Amino acid sequence: MTQKDQYKVHKEPFYQAQGNEVALFEAAYRNRLPVMVKGPTGCGKSRFVEYMAWKLGKPLITVACNEDMTASDLVGRYLLDASGTRWLDGPLTTAARMGAICYLDEIVEARQDTTVVIHPLTDHRRVLPLDKKGELIEAHPDFQLVISYNPGYQSLMKDLKQSTKQRFTGFDFDYPEAALEAIILAKETGLDEAASAQLVKIAQIARNLKGHGLDEGISTRLLVYAAALIKDGVSAQDACRMALVRPITDDADIRETLDHAIDATFA
Amino acid sequence: MMSEAETETPYQHPLMKAYWAQIDTHFKPVEDVFEDVMAEALVILTRDGLNAYLEAARVIGKLGRGAEPMLAFMEEWPSAAAVLGEEALAEIMAVVMRMQKSPNSRAITPFLQTLAPVARRLHSQELMRDYLDITLNFMERTTGSIHGHHTTFPSPGLPDFFVQAPFLLAQLSLVGLKNWVEYGIRNYRSHPERQRDYFTVQSADSRAVLQRERHGTLFMDVERKLDLYLHGLWQTSEQLVPYSTAFDDLRKPVPYYDKLGLRIPDVYDDAGEGFHRVAGIDRYRATLAHMVGHQRWTKPLIADNWSPFQRMAVEFFEDCRIDTLLIREYPGLKRIFLSLHPKPAEAACDPETTSCLRHRMAMLSRALLDPNHGYRDANLLSFVERFHDLLAGGESNTRDIATLALSYVTKTRRQSDQYAKVHFADTEVDYRDDNRQMWVFIEDSDDEEMFEKEKKRTPSEEQKGLPPRHYPEWDYKSLTYRPDWVSLYEVLHPKGNPTDIDRLLEKHSALAKRLKRILDLLKPQDKVRIRYQEEGSELDLDIAIRSLIDFKAGAQPDPRINMSHRTDGRDIAVMLLLDLSESLNEKALGSDQTILELSQEAVTLLAWAVEQLGDAFAIAGFHSNTRHDVRYLHIKGYGERWDDDPKARLAAIEAAYSTRMGAAMRHAGHYLGARQADKKLLLILTDGQPADIDVPDERTLIEDARRAVTELDRAGIFSYCINLDPKADEYVADIFGNQYTVVDNIERLPEKLPELFLALTK
Ligand SMILES: Nc1ncnc2c1ncn2[C@@H]1O[C@H](COP(=O)(O)OP(=O)(O)OP(=O)(O)O)[C@@H](O)[C@H]1O
Ligand SMILES: [Mg+2]
Repeated sequence: MTQKDQYKVHKEPFYQAQGNEVALFEAAYRNRLPVMVKGPTGCGKSRFVEYMAWKLGKPLITVACNEDMTASDLVGRYLLDASGTRWLDGPLTTAARMGAICYLDEIVEARQDTTVVIHPLTDHRRVLPLDKKGELIEAHPDFQLVISYNPGYQSLMKDLKQSTKQRFTGFDFDYPEAALEAIILAKETGLDEAASAQLVKIAQIARNLKGHGLDEGISTRLLVYAAALIKDGVSAQDACRMALVRPITDDADIRETLDHAIDATFA
Repeated sequence: MMSEAETETPYQHPLMKAYWAQIDTHFKPVEDVFEDVMAEALVILTRDGLNAYLEAARVIGKLGRGAEPMLAFMEEWPSAAAVLGEEALAEIMAVVMRMQKSPNSRAITPFLQTLAPVARRLHSQELMRDYLDITLNFMERTTGSIHGHHTTFPSPGLPDFFVQAPFLLAQLSLVGLKNWVEYGIRNYRSHPERQRDYFTVQSADSRAVLQRERHGTLFMDVERKLDLYLHGLWQTSEQLVPYSTAFDDLRKPVPYYDKLGLRIPDVYDDAGEGFHRVAGIDRYRATLAHMVGHQRWTKPLIADNWSPFQRMAVEFFEDCRIDTLLIREYPGLKRIFLSLHPKPAEAACDPETTSCLRHRMAMLSRALLDPNHGYRDANLLSFVERFHDLLAGGESNTRDIATLALSYVTKTRRQSDQYAKVHFADTEVDYRDDNRQMWVFIEDSDDEEMFEKEKKRTPSEEQKGLPPRHYPEWDYKSLTYRPDWVSLYEVLHPKGNPTDIDRLLEKHSALAKRLKRILDLLKPQDKVRIRYQEEGSELDLDIAIRSLIDFKAGAQPDPRINMSHRTDGRDIAVMLLLDLSESLNEKALGSDQTILELSQEAVTLLAWAVEQLGDAFAIAGFHSNTRHDVRYLHIKGYGERWDDDPKARLAAIEAAYSTRMGAAMRHAGHYLGARQADKKLLLILTDGQPADIDVPDERTLIEDARRAVTELDRAGIFSYCINLDPKADEYVADIFGNQYTVVDNIERLPEKLPELFLALTK
């Protein structure tokens, strides 16, 4: 298996389109435009990118960003080995060389001095300077950069610089509308559609409370967890409390309201 | 009136001048706070409301009870009006006048003083009216009754009752309050002493009755949950307006809704037993859900051509349609509805002697919701079926359901339906509203509600700099808070010459140099080592050696062999609160400088030192002139650097008035609490014990300050007192525990204060 194969998405991931995002992404890819996917946590951003990589038949290299990440973690570094030092490409470099889609997940988490290394890759130059190695790589024609971020976390400390934002085309994601979200749960976990619809209902109640003591509603990801638990034989009430309510809040009034909503929904 | 308007006033602004003329008073304490209370009133009241407010203030000022009641009214009314609506003023004033005409004018002040907190608990004009009824009844029955004479003696317990009212309403529904008051009147009507013990909540039976009456789920305790319920489950944000069930003995009030909101009882007890038990909160939810259902699905019908019987039947059918749709939305509601819904026995009503229509309707209603109803009546069964057919295809609608209801009435009509004797038992469904929204009357529709007065909202957050902030004060005798007891005004301290402060620092340059050494010692500890860095300022030997060994052994070495440093800011927020009361003008013992001057020097050095360290730091001064006027003087805020502005303010500090420490501490705590910091420190620099001219009992403010320390402690704020009073040992430990220092040699304060600070934060 070649290195490239290793990064290919071999099996079609299940992705339920919400609109014409698939066609739009394909257009962006044809023009090799960098893409930014915005949306609340667990709404399907990563899944979408994975699906697009499969559809386009390109390898996908995903990097989960965090605040300790340095530029070397992206670009690469020298390692020591028996014969002296040896350069090891970082994931961004690997993707640029092989022509993969490089997906930087939760880019805002990374420090700003780290973020800037992607700049030369995102304009017409499509190059990546490896300062330490003294090499300038030109990105493979297939290479594309995709970043994701959650505008909900926005704060003074955590926001992308304008100069970074302005290099991307953007997709706004949100939780799918109820019927669609129920279909996603059903297809993803095999839970029947009626129960899936009930789960979505609980999520929507929580989403209504956003701003009234909840920072984020219940994500599609958590719904998938709950559905999986129910499918495994856990009672709907327990599954909801465990997967939907407990993780998102410690506010007693909100918990009680959601607990009541669960009892009222799954009588 | 006109000529009095010309009295010389200090107000420049023509409007302010006119307002001042309108209240027609010479009371100094009123004048002192006038502009500030007006600032609050102008935000809350409409123009008419403002006129009524000023007029009422004028009247109260002329009652011959001094400045107190006028002051209380002016401070309390705007925030009371914000919850009750300003139309409630007429009824308040009627009560004031009743007291004035009786021997009870002494009770006017406490009545007005607790108006705002009482209003906030009661939440609605209706409940306020009931509260006023309770008080008038109380007054009438306890006034002058000692000798059975005419009204010659004031009610002994009434003033105490008003003082306790906010506390009582925090635990009791209005029924509970009514019962508690009733017990006190019944038993102590003619024992002035014991009556007072009862109404100050001192006596054992007073407390026992309080316990007994405290039951059920109070609306005010679950209000937020109900708001969340409406938001989350029904996506509406209706205003909730509680009413009391205490006052209509004949006809129990029933929930309803109108343009002003959803009206619900102020308390619900748990209902039912076993599987059918429904908690108070769920009764609220059921009631709200039912009304929300009407709002969603009921289209009003024109009522004029229908008989009361027909309307009743339509209401029962429509209520069941609504409940059915609600249960479709949330199946769990079914258990709650059925547990609350009566289940009349089929043979309970005798149609020979009694009108059984209600009974028939209640059974039908049960059967429409409960498949296991067990009734046998053929008509009932057939209409149940028709009802379900109608709803099988969708939501149906009010008109179609009304048609079904009418044919039911026709089908089951009996001569006896007209009888005067009506069977009521088990026919009321307590979570349902009175359905007044289901009908429109073409005739005589004087839609009063169309002209509801506009009401300004409570002032928004950013306006709060101007109006007073109200803080509670602890009453150690009754072990309760007096809510909103203190009015605190925050103002920018006037400015002097900032170079004065620079000069003070120069004067102490030797001391500053010594401090600098301590400061430098403090600093390096702030550096934090970050290990495992690929690039860093130093080689991390431990890791480097380990990597080398790995490397020699042929394993992959860890390249992160460096370390770097980061200055990890001491995460402390400090607030220095300066007592600026009159006594600071005295010369310090054995010195020719006043305490104020020495304090100023000490603060200069401290501020300089803290600036070096970079801690978040604020300075404020305070003094008070009765509880109506606590001044909180802003000297330096967290956002300001230690530069000319704050220095100029510090240069101008003056000492005057008294020391109401608790309120100032609470306000300082309000700011500190908002800081994001690991450690929060409140330093209080004072030369004496808390005291104020309107508080004769000197323990009161000491106990209140001690209470404030506890409150702050709970909020994660560490209070520390630097006391310059040689006699401080008598009280300071009572307030601050062991978190204090008494500085005997005040002349050394300038060096003591920064040293103390450094020691505390090392
Ligand atoms: N449109 C969709 N089609 C299929 N599955 C979906 C879709 N949306 C969400 N999911 C499900 O939700 C889960 C979470 O989605 P995903 O990991 O893509 O979220 P995300 O938006 O990337 O979240 P985060 O910001 O936290 O990384 C997926 O694993 C999948 O099960
Ligand atoms: Mg993701």
